Amino acid sequence: MAGKASKARGAETIDTAATGAAAAHTPSAFLEVRDLKIHFPSDDGLVKSVDGLSFELERGRTLGIVGESGSGKSVTSLGILGLHNRRNAKVSGEIWLDGQELVGATEEQVRRLRGRDMAMIFQDPLSSMHPFYTVGQQIVEAYRIHHDVSKKAARKHAIEMLGRVGIPKPDRRVDDYPHQFSGGMRQRAMIAMALSCDPELLIADEPTTALDVTVQAQILDLIRDLQREFNSAVIMITHDLGVVAELSDDILVMYGGRSVEYGSVEDVFHRPEHPYTWGLLGSMPRLDRDRTERLMPIKGTPPSLINLPPGCAFSPRCAFEGLTDGKATTERPELRESAPGHKVACHLPAERRRQIWAEEIAPKL
Amino acid sequence: MKLLEVRDLRVAFPTADGVVRAVRGVSFSVEAGRTLGIVGESGSGKSVSTQTLMGLTPGAQVSGEAWFDGQDLLAMPERQMRRVRGAQIGMIFQDPLSSLHPHYKVGWQIVEMIREHEPDTGKAAARKRAVEMLGLVGIPQPDRRVDDYPHQFSGGMRQRAMIAMALALHPKLIIADEPTTALDATVQMQILDLMRRLQREFDTALIMITHDLGVIADMADDVLVMYGGREAEVAGRRTLYYRPHHPYTVGLLESVPSAPGVGGRLKPIPGQPPSLINLPSGCVFHPRCEYVMERCRVDEPPLREVVATEPAPGEEPAGALPGGDLPRVDLRRDGTHRSACWLPHTAVGLDAGVAAARRAASEAADAGAGAAEDADGAEPEGGER
Repeated sequence: MAGKASKARGAETIDTAATGAAAAHTPSAFLEVRDLKIHFPSDDGLVKSVDGLSFELERGRTLGIVGESGSGKSVTSLGILGLHNRRNAKVSGEIWLDGQELVGATEEQVRRLRGRDMAMIFQDPLSSMHPFYTVGQQIVEAYRIHHDVSKKAARKHAIEMLGRVGIPKPDRRVDDYPHQFSGGMRQRAMIAMALSCDPELLIADEPTTALDVTVQAQILDLIRDLQREFNSAVIMITHDLGVVAELSDDILVMYGGRSVEYGSVEDVFHRPEHPYTWGLLGSMPRLDRDRTERLMPIKGTPPSLINLPPGCAFSPRCAFEGLTDGKATTERPELRESAPGHKVACHLPAERRRQIWAEEIAPKL
Repeated sequence: MKLLEVRDLRVAFPTADGVVRAVRGVSFSVEAGRTLGIVGESGSGKSVSTQTLMGLTPGAQVSGEAWFDGQDLLAMPERQMRRVRGAQIGMIFQDPLSSLHPHYKVGWQIVEMIREHEPDTGKAAARKRAVEMLGLVGIPQPDRRVDDYPHQFSGGMRQRAMIAMALALHPKLIIADEPTTALDATVQMQILDLMRRLQREFDTALIMITHDLGVIADMADDVLVMYGGREAEVAGRRTLYYRPHHPYTVGLLESVPSAPGVGGRLKPIPGQPPSLINLPSGCVFHPRCEYVMERCRVDEPPLREVVATEPAPGEEPAGALPGGDLPRVDLRRDGTHRSACWLPHTAVGLDAGVAAARRAASEAADAGAGAAEDADGAEPEGGER
């Protein structure tokens, strides 16, 4: 593991002995992830779920991470929260949160940050709420781990938070068990729990995938409002570009454990340059177009993370792979800046990409 | 010629807490080669309706008629229904694991189903057909994967296998209930594309049930929007997208997240679907409706014809989605348009102007409450049910 030289500090202590390689770097952003790798040894070989990922995020901003199942997006978020078992996950690279490096930090240090400085909302609230305890008890418990307050004060805080996320009659519902809540209400309760400690970083992993589209709209709206209020940094993880478009400032498109495109919402939606991003955009529902006028779906399935295709991991599914003089199947493309702030990992020359986008792709979206 | 025609379907479940009125008088039909989309939230009655047609809601109090190919499905004895189910009406569910048995190979399950309905087909012939079907739905190396167990398939592959199973007997009608909800967006697009191609090839009628208007955006010919066990709005797809009348349909359209610049801003519908035991008075949507009028709290609006002024051929449809470059649609060819809402029939569309017109009409109606019979002053012609 890299960065073992970094001693932890917390917001209260500053690392004075800035010696190790990791510590030599001075992060400028609130959250900075550099060359993150998360590998899992298995009987079938090394599963490279995340293989060299870098991004930055400021307070008050939202980063959308988009990709299919197995693209590494959820593994990344669990990695930031330090939720991978250190015995079976090999994590390397650097994760700087507010000046504190997390990859080299001890489990105890990460545990102190989790819940207080960073919190997570999962797809399935039932998996993170205990069915045996009331919703209120669980929020109170989470709050008191990080705050030295009486049970009564914590309960008052829990009721406030439940009300804040739109649970009707929170003073009564606080004593309900999770199963007494509907799906949308459970998701709200989980958001209340995640926000009860006013975290500076909120990671939402497919927070609305299991919900009706009407409830999804309510929850997205809520996350947006709360972010504005608390000025948190938010990472929104989803396979649905539409959801990301609603909330994000920047978007990172992941494929096969790496970033294939990274830029502002405008870059990714209006000037996308990676053929995989084009395919994702083509998968978005459009209310105003006939399917026959539109792009074909991306063919094939996501790659094996044990035996990634040689060269560009997307090449077996790429319709433009033939235009790279064979480089697509031999050489791994680096993530390179194509325009200020807009990075793309593709062997097609940038000019050609823009031409294909303008002439062949955009008219069919 | 209608393949399936459902008339005034009502389904209720007696429970300890009271009678759950899941479906309260719904009518719809579908023709060969056409797709009907049924859209609504959890608890709108969309799944219960079709499950009842298939005889899959034991314990329910059912009334109404469902004519399929000259027979009333609701009056059919279970033994006869078993011959229809699977063979003439195929079903695709959200979760393939719930309809594929984990203990048996995928191929074996398809073979069994074929032989159940066609006792004359030999094992070898049935297996050959199973391999063909798996290949048709895009399972790679179908001759080998036919011997896999369901857990050896990925989510998308299982969904394909279920489609293969549903199609194996060439049913005339397929009912797909949230067939892509659990899948990645890319896989969803592949599956929808596959269903569309197979439908064209076999001239199958398709009923697609979903909570997401986006999913059937480019699939359905006609759309039925359900709310609280009833029709809220019925229209051809294009009419529904360009000229929605019911505020609930507008809310559904505004709940679909879209690319920046394509749709409007996401605008959630407040509140939750109604209790089906204690339904709200009047229009069941009124507690969530931003244009609610006095009348809505008392009278349940019937499903009425929307007689809006149509654009001339080639003219841009009024109140279309913002974002420019819209296809020119002649909405007069788009079938009947009916809505169960007291708002004036001219208030169709999605843009801010229409929203203002709705609000004005709502305020005017309440100001002159008791005087005006109908918000737009005109009594509906037909459509009363």
